[in-house]
Amino acid sequence: MMMKSDFWRAFARNKGAVLGLVILIAIVVLAVFASVLFPGDPWDMATAPFQPPLSDDALLGSDMLGRDIASGIAHGARVSLLIGLTSTAAALAIGVTLGALAGFHGGKVDDAIMRFTELFQTIPNFVLAVVLVAIFTPSLTTIVAAIAIVSWPPLARLARAEFLSLRTREFVQAAITTGQSNTTIILRQILPNSLSPIIVSASLMVATAILLESSLSFLGLGDPNAMSWGYMIGAARTVIRQAWWMSVFPGLAIVLTVLALNLVGEGLNDALNPKLARSRG
Amino acid sequence: MTTTPLLDVRGLSIALPPGADRPLAVDNLTFTLNPDEILCVVGESGSGKSMTAHAMMGLLPAPHVRVAGGSLLFKGKDVLTMPEAEQRALRGGRIAMVFQEPMTALNPLMRVGRQIGESLREHTDLPAPARRARVVELLAQVGLPNPAELAEAYPFRLSGGQRQRVMIAMALACQPDILIADEPTTALDVTTQKQILDLIRSIQAERHMGMMFITHDFGVVAEIAHRVAVMRHGKLVEYGPASDVLNRPQHPYTRQLIASVPHYIEHRDDHAKAGAPLLVADKVRKVFHVGGGLFKKSKEVIAGDDLSLTIHPGETVGLVGESGSGKSTLGRSIVGLIKPDSGRILFEGTDLLSLDRRGFRPYRRAVQMVFQDPYASLNPRHRVGDIVAQGPVAFGEDRAKALTRARELLAMVGLDGSAADRFPHEFSGGQRQRIGIARALAMEPKLLVADEPVSALDVSVQGQVLELLDDIRRRLNLAMLFITHDLRVAAQVCDTIAVMRRGKIVELGTAREVFTHPRDAYTRSLLDAIPGKAWQIPDDLQQVPAGAH
Amino acid sequence: MLGFAQLFASRLVKAAAILIAIVVMNFFLVHAAPGDPAMVMAGEAGAADEKFVTQLREQFGLDRPLYEQLGTYVGKIVQGDLGFSYRQQRPVWDILAERLPATLVLTLTAFILALAAGVALGTLAAVTVGTWADSAITVVALLAYATPIYWIGLMLSLFFSIQLGWLPAFGYETIGAGYTGLAHVADVAVHLILPVITLALFYMASYARLTRASMLEVRSLDFVKTAKAKGLSQSRIVTRHVLRNAILPVITVAGIQAGQLVGGSILIETVFAWPGIGRLAFEAVLQRDYQVLLGIFLVTSIMVILFNILTDILYGLVDPRIQVSQ
Repeated sequence: MMMKSDFWRAFARNKGAVLGLVILIAIVVLAVFASVLFPGDPWDMATAPFQPPLSDDALLGSDMLGRDIASGIAHGARVSLLIGLTSTAAALAIGVTLGALAGFHGGKVDDAIMRFTELFQTIPNFVLAVVLVAIFTPSLTTIVAAIAIVSWPPLARLARAEFLSLRTREFVQAAITTGQSNTTIILRQILPNSLSPIIVSASLMVATAILLESSLSFLGLGDPNAMSWGYMIGAARTVIRQAWWMSVFPGLAIVLTVLALNLVGEGLNDALNPKLARSRG
Repeated sequence: MTTTPLLDVRGLSIALPPGADRPLAVDNLTFTLNPDEILCVVGESGSGKSMTAHAMMGLLPAPHVRVAGGSLLFKGKDVLTMPEAEQRALRGGRIAMVFQEPMTALNPLMRVGRQIGESLREHTDLPAPARRARVVELLAQVGLPNPAELAEAYPFRLSGGQRQRVMIAMALACQPDILIADEPTTALDVTTQKQILDLIRSIQAERHMGMMFITHDFGVVAEIAHRVAVMRHGKLVEYGPASDVLNRPQHPYTRQLIASVPHYIEHRDDHAKAGAPLLVADKVRKVFHVGGGLFKKSKEVIAGDDLSLTIHPGETVGLVGESGSGKSTLGRSIVGLIKPDSGRILFEGTDLLSLDRRGFRPYRRAVQMVFQDPYASLNPRHRVGDIVAQGPVAFGEDRAKALTRARELLAMVGLDGSAADRFPHEFSGGQRQRIGIARALAMEPKLLVADEPVSALDVSVQGQVLELLDDIRRRLNLAMLFITHDLRVAAQVCDTIAVMRRGKIVELGTAREVFTHPRDAYTRSLLDAIPGKAWQIPDDLQQVPAGAH
Repeated sequence: MLGFAQLFASRLVKAAAILIAIVVMNFFLVHAAPGDPAMVMAGEAGAADEKFVTQLREQFGLDRPLYEQLGTYVGKIVQGDLGFSYRQQRPVWDILAERLPATLVLTLTAFILALAAGVALGTLAAVTVGTWADSAITVVALLAYATPIYWIGLMLSLFFSIQLGWLPAFGYETIGAGYTGLAHVADVAVHLILPVITLALFYMASYARLTRASMLEVRSLDFVKTAKAKGLSQSRIVTRHVLRNAILPVITVAGIQAGQLVGGSILIETVFAWPGIGRLAFEAVLQRDYQVLLGIFLVTSIMVILFNILTDILYGLVDPRIQVSQ
């Protein structure tokens, strides 16, 4: 059994993971205090159009409508994190449930679920997300739903593989022969043992979800009421010759966030699967 | 003796990384290997017996494990201080090695012939056609059929025994002076083991090689050794001619190892079958369907066919067979882990196979199982006390009461009081197997199915667990179905023995009958294949056989 | 080779099943969308003229029961009729066919580049594990993993096209130059460089990480010990024994990720104004031209299936076991 202090020691041994955690906390703080740091609507004109960075009233410059880039980034952090977390939660709910059912029952149930998963894995997921959001009109809900719908297959496969291998492990067979119910076996015996790789994948999936959301917004499929990083870059695309800062800073915000999440994910992997981490040399 | 030894190991020490259970894997080891002899290096897991060979072959997992001192002289020249190129010329050229796991020791994506040819390519000037001819010749020498065809096959088409022959052919390719064999027969079935041992012995005699044979099995030692070195915790504890070490062992550890070699002794009274049988298996049949798809018919594997036997209260029935014989099928059917296709399994007169889930539930308590792998059979995230108590709790017992009972049971299987509050990883393999037994006993069963309960354990631990099982069986008057691949183990604990081959029971009789007058040819070949059968364990080391009155 | 043919046949059947499922999904998407299906098909509600909408209703029997409509729809698709774009006043298939070659060139080149460069870099990182080269490759891979590809595209064109003026920032060829023959090929190739690199970068990073991890794992397997015990040289052990085995999971993942790569072309083609299907998708989104969008969905799915068959063949060539065990 992994003790909490062991966990933190293993996590802290990975310097990148600690750095990632620090960045991530900074971004969360930025998102939480966005309205305090940058009061007012990020969509409103704050200064003259096309102000370069380090201008008096726009630290990171302004866009063609005089909106403050820094304010947009702070408010955009909320949307990114919100969508990243909720869509991952939804994908986890779909993926782990289907994967657990397939892995535990095996046979025909497994076959049917895996065919279904394969179908979703074959479909070019970004195209499906675009089609879904476009047809059902862009909003936070449709975006979260679309991201969840295209992201669950890897989680389902992972959960299935874990359940499949744990199901034949002797301690699970011992639970069957000592008369424990299926529910007890799934919840008490198998799930706790399959959790570590699922947690690690989920943390990486938050990063992918943020990338997906930004890509959708970049194409103009973001929630029209929410300022987001992808939207800012999309809007800056046509004026990149005049105003490089409009696309550079929001882009850096995405890179930092996603990088931080990936680093934390690797740290979690090292801490939760010590055997794997060691074999990575 | 004036001949210079082929190999002269002087004061060799190998350091483990900091944080390992001991600082030195091999501690100041000194021995020699002469031309034309087989030296057996014997020890249990963790004794450091393989490390020496690995050091010689440059296979130590650098940089964590390294040679800390001493020298390894090959024909007078220290291998450890040679430049890398010279070392490489020795490896596979002058010194060759055969590994334990034939299933994983060959590259799965390369044709067998090429893998052997690689050695020739590296160490000789033979042109390609000559190499190919030599490969076929080598494959024929190790007794493989159709060598020309086999050279073109991929490893996955070969059985374990065939792969081990390929490994031997590969090792012999460049006519080495020294052949190191690291537990080369441990992963094989007993009949295959005999064939490979015969092959190794004849090849060694023919070529007058020096051979270092690493093993944990004194039966194998008795079969082939000229000289023996016994290792424990990285140190050499006994070293001498085979006849001395086998028949007049000096060191207490050697004596303990020899005493725990499972062996058949004329010991048990035949079990007096009293009253109605507890369990009757009647023509049980199970077929597995493997693979198959849209364009391919699935393959039928008959795991059990016409399996019939009876178990009386207090009787221990052994089910013996090699891997793939289907020996686990019946046990798993009895405890309800698999559902046979046809036949009946009567427990106190009720056919278990006719029951649905709910109807079967009461019988779950009566029939319990002990599993093979002590590392996989306990949930790593639960406390030992909980693991033992979970079954009774599932049957509605009060948790506090179940936990108190769990502590009593843990004491009964020889673990101390604090065990209940600890997690499985804090226990050794043998201790874990005791926990598994306590878990089964918590259900107060009448029949215990033990599926290879000691095959994952070191011999000295094996003996203790067998003793515990036998002791419990007698105290609780338990009936037991004991499944094993090892006839010697079966001989120690079983009243009745059923021998299985390819899904069928080929011989069924009392242990005495089966051992002294086997009727079936396959049983005879199994008995004949027991390593070291000609060797009499010294009288003073013959253990008081379990179950003797 | 019978095993291989069997494998191939079963893959084709599977591909057909997946295609049918996608067609059915398309159908339900149109019906699940808010509003009148005929309107959805015609494009933005209210923009289409009444006559066209009526024609659509008749053509797809939109007043008939759902399962009958499904039949009609599947029948049309099977005949290669992907519908009609009211916006462009042309059959959807014609529009797609015109754009397909550009996308195929882009995605295939990127796929091959990503696989080749990724495996090469991953191998380099694995054999130099722990040195600066390994760290550099690991860091670059980590960054490439975290960066949105459209932003990489923008930054690359900002630097190489706008700042340095080395490469064209957008387009498929130099407009009005009228190159022919080899000059035309060279012109397209120059235009291809930035989009391909951008699209390949993420997957290259992914395959490099995977190759590295896989090589390190294979390196500790028993048969590598056997190879060392044979006295083989380090380079022969790496190329003949480790790499070949380590590459298998990379091929598997490449097959699984093919879908993402094809999807990524929407973003790349938008950034670089590459006249392929992805660019078309962006335009269709802007114009709410759902018929075209659904056509793209179908065609890109077929592309992914083809990529998957390609990786399956590749896997079969590397691994002899696949022909019997499957």
